[in-house]
Amino acid sequence: MQSLSATPPRRDPAPSRAAYRMQRLWLTPLFRTLMRVGLPAFGIVFLIGIYLASDARRAELAGGFESMIDAFQQRPEFMVSLLSVEGASPGLSDSIREAMALKLPLSSFDIDLGAARQRIETLDAVAKADLRVRSGGVLEVKVTERVPVIVWRSAAGLALLDHDGRRVSMIQTRQDRADLPLVAGDGADLAAAEALELLAAAKPILPRLRGLVRMGERRWDLVLDRGQRILLPTEAPVKALERAIALDQAQKLLDRDVLSIDLRIQDRPVLRLAPFALGELRRSRGIDTSESDL
Amino acid sequence: MTDLYQSQRAMRNMRQAAMQRGVIAILDVGSSKIACLILRFDGPERLREQDGVGSMAGQSSFRVIGAATTRSRGVRFGEISVMNETERAIRTAVQAAQKMANVRVDHVIACFSGAEPRSYGLAGEWELQDSVVTEQDVARVLAACDVPDIGPGREVLHAQPVNFALDHRTGLGDPRGQIGNRLACDMHLLSVEADVIQNLLYCIKRCDLELAGIASSAYVSGVSSLVEDEQELGAACIDMGGGSTGISVFIKKHMIYADAVRMGGDHVTSDISKGLQVPLAVAERIKTKHGGVHATGMDDRDMIEIGADSGDWEKDRRTVSRTELIGIMRPRVEEILEEARARLDAAGFEHLPSQQIVLTGGASQIPGLDGLAARILGQRVRLGRPLRVQGLPQAVTGPAFASAVGLCLFAAHPQDEWWDFDIPAERYPARSLKRALKWFKDNW
Repeated sequence: MQSLSATPPRRDPAPSRAAYRMQRLWLTPLFRTLMRVGLPAFGIVFLIGIYLASDARRAELAGGFESMIDAFQQRPEFMVSLLSVEGASPGLSDSIREAMALKLPLSSFDIDLGAARQRIETLDAVAKADLRVRSGGVLEVKVTERVPVIVWRSAAGLALLDHDGRRVSMIQTRQDRADLPLVAGDGADLAAAEALELLAAAKPILPRLRGLVRMGERRWDLVLDRGQRILLPTEAPVKALERAIALDQAQKLLDRDVLSIDLRIQDRPVLRLAPFALGELRRSRGIDTSESDL
Repeated sequence: MTDLYQSQRAMRNMRQAAMQRGVIAILDVGSSKIACLILRFDGPERLREQDGVGSMAGQSSFRVIGAATTRSRGVRFGEISVMNETERAIRTAVQAAQKMANVRVDHVIACFSGAEPRSYGLAGEWELQDSVVTEQDVARVLAACDVPDIGPGREVLHAQPVNFALDHRTGLGDPRGQIGNRLACDMHLLSVEADVIQNLLYCIKRCDLELAGIASSAYVSGVSSLVEDEQELGAACIDMGGGSTGISVFIKKHMIYADAVRMGGDHVTSDISKGLQVPLAVAERIKTKHGGVHATGMDDRDMIEIGADSGDWEKDRRTVSRTELIGIMRPRVEEILEEARARLDAAGFEHLPSQQIVLTGGASQIPGLDGLAARILGQRVRLGRPLRVQGLPQAVTGPAFASAVGLCLFAAHPQDEWWDFDIPAERYPARSLKRALKWFKDNW
């Protein structure tokens, strides 16, 4: 019989009960997954949580990160130190620089090109602006200026309009841009394109033309010298004007004592004679109008 | 019935659960080694309805994924003599096998060789009520078998119906649905010492394993080392283990007799140890390296260094001729075989149509054993090796692992036992809910 109280042999090949159970537990798939994936994941999250628990460390971390980003962005490779404006007149160039309001030198990461472009394009005289940061730290602004083609007289004053009717600038007197035709009336800027067509069609009577008046934001009147007016319809005004010019060329209509030619109704142009001419006409026809209102 | 009857039923359910889970361990608790194999049931037949034996004798359904062997401790004559030593040895084997398989096993099927198995032949008869054999009739005829007095402190390990007879027709494999008047049945019952089983159950439970089946190692080594026609025509398997020698007789693919001789290879070793005055470990080495049972003239000149480290030159340089070694081994081997012969004679083995004898087990590897066995057991003796199963490592394909491999086959295709059949309705207690349910189930 073996000794019951004897210590077990020093090197027993058999696993202890604990080791045996441990191995069996380790071979359990759920436990294995938990240990190999769950525990490290939990540990990492736990440590990060502990680290981020204090406000100071969180702020320090964020500050460190931001300063790192700043240091990178402030590198000389990314600095913009020059602003070049191309395609703008000197006065416009100054106002563009003013509108962009950039305190150079500045990192190219800090320049919002889209916003700068929008700021430039709010200027009346700028039709289109292209911005890009060129190598060498140059911010290049390519500007397309608006070309004034019409002078618009409105309650606010005299404005120069481009062919789309967009305001280019204000002028003090008509004499500043005597070379451009004049339009007037509310809503004239919205129909600037039509006005330009009418002006082109009115070339034969151009020396006599004073300007165009927008009537009721709807139709045009041509104002000539001697107070003559050509009232154009809402629809197809160019055609009506051409017709009036044809009448003038055939019968010297405008040279006569006529106050206005009303072309608003296409089928029935109406002439309005000056009072003297009207009296003479009636007299020649033997109509006495001394008693009537006419 | 008894506790074991209930626990055998529970083990069957456990085995089904293990098959569903797909992994089951095989544990052969022998006197010289403890082997653990881990099987994975994932073959094409895993979920198929069990309809006869499948392809490859049912082996395609499983694969051995882990195997480990350790020297047995605390087991003598195939019975556990030191519980905690055996428990440690089982733990060693199971842990190594789990490590190899890289999977955890919870269910184990075990076999052991000792515990004085005794065979009984039982017969029962039953008059059929409506001339067609139903499952209930099979259950009733099994219940009608008169149980012999197996003695106090003994339990039924196997109880297998081996033959059904309907009127004058005998040898029916499956009588269900056949028409006749009188159903008779022969049953083979194997009883063992209850204490031995209790010890084994306790050891396995201490290892956090659930027992899903238990078998006699004589039976399972017969299953693995007898080929099909031998099992059909009648053969005996002699499993020469370390501490005991199991004998099982098969006919018509059923075991009809099992017994064990409480002698084995360890006794040969101890004879050598005593005869040559050497430690047991040295005796074991000499036996396996130089052992034999037939001396020839050359063996006189074959001197074996015995060696020792006593410090005495004369003692340390001893040599012995192989003839002397054979002279020590042969009487003991003869004794074992003669004892086996006596058991077979007592069982009436000579009346079987075929009297093939297959020697297997670790001790059957002695050179020249087949010649010696032929003199004692008769001319029809062969050395058997276990069937090859899928995934079995080369190291465990030897005859020493016949019972482990047989247990694999047993796990895949267990023989129908008494407790696998329905309990006849009359045996349920009156007014039992189960009985009412049963009545409903049978009548609708």
